[in-house]
Amino acid sequence: MERSGDAASEARSGKRRSLILLGCPEVPVQTSIALYLAFRLRERGDEVVVAGTGAALKLTKLADPQGHYLGETMNIDRCIAMISEGKTDFDECFAFAHSDAGITYAGTISYISRSELFLLIFGRGAEELEKTVEFDCRKLAAKAVHDPMPLKKLIDEVI
Amino acid sequence: MGCIEEMKYEILLSQCSFKDAREYIKKNCKETVEVPPGYRIFNVHLIGVPPLLVGIDGDKVIFPYTKPCYGTFVLRIEGDEEIPKLRAKR
Repeated sequence: MERSGDAASEARSGKRRSLILLGCPEVPVQTSIALYLAFRLRERGDEVVVAGTGAALKLTKLADPQGHYLGETMNIDRCIAMISEGKTDFDECFAFAHSDAGITYAGTISYISRSELFLLIFGRGAEELEKTVEFDCRKLAAKAVHDPMPLKKLIDEVI
Repeated sequence: MGCIEEMKYEILLSQCSFKDAREYIKKNCKETVEVPPGYRIFNVHLIGVPPLLVGIDGDKVIFPYTKPCYGTFVLRIEGDEEIPKLRAKR
């Protein structure tokens, strides 16, 4: 399933390319929402790439063993490197953040990528975290930890 | 990625926010260089929101290093090859 993602493998098919950027998977809703979001994007006709930490990718891949939703996956830092070096880019990016590190990764994407950035802010501290965002993006924030429905509702409004 | 973990580094600040790391570098480094997010140093691309400051202290480079599950660290690493490149950015 995992591909190196070099430029040659990305011959554009005319499809919108969407990136799902996963942070640390310690908040339960992330995996569920990531799979749902991948499903919605693919249903819309997008080419979907999921980037994340090793643990985040392991959780999502195990839940989608035949790759019905995930498509291409890559390590989060490799993804940042490839965008920084101009080897890949996306039309839309959905970045997950429940911590300052997640916000910082999303902020990096907002500067290195031309993609439209949707920032999914969740977890117990979602409201406080939302106030720390100092870059251009569309914020989808919900105090979701175990219940994915508030985030699902926000996703359904933008897709 | 991951080469930094194999280098000889000192941790000056541990598991802080990116903003705290930026303030630490601003306050504690006489010489700083602003680099763009994704700037490549020691074979890694820096994560951060502008202004992304990298400090120079003698022959050492001081910079923020963010890990998704652990937050941001401020690291100090000997930077013979990186310092001229950083100074050239000014």
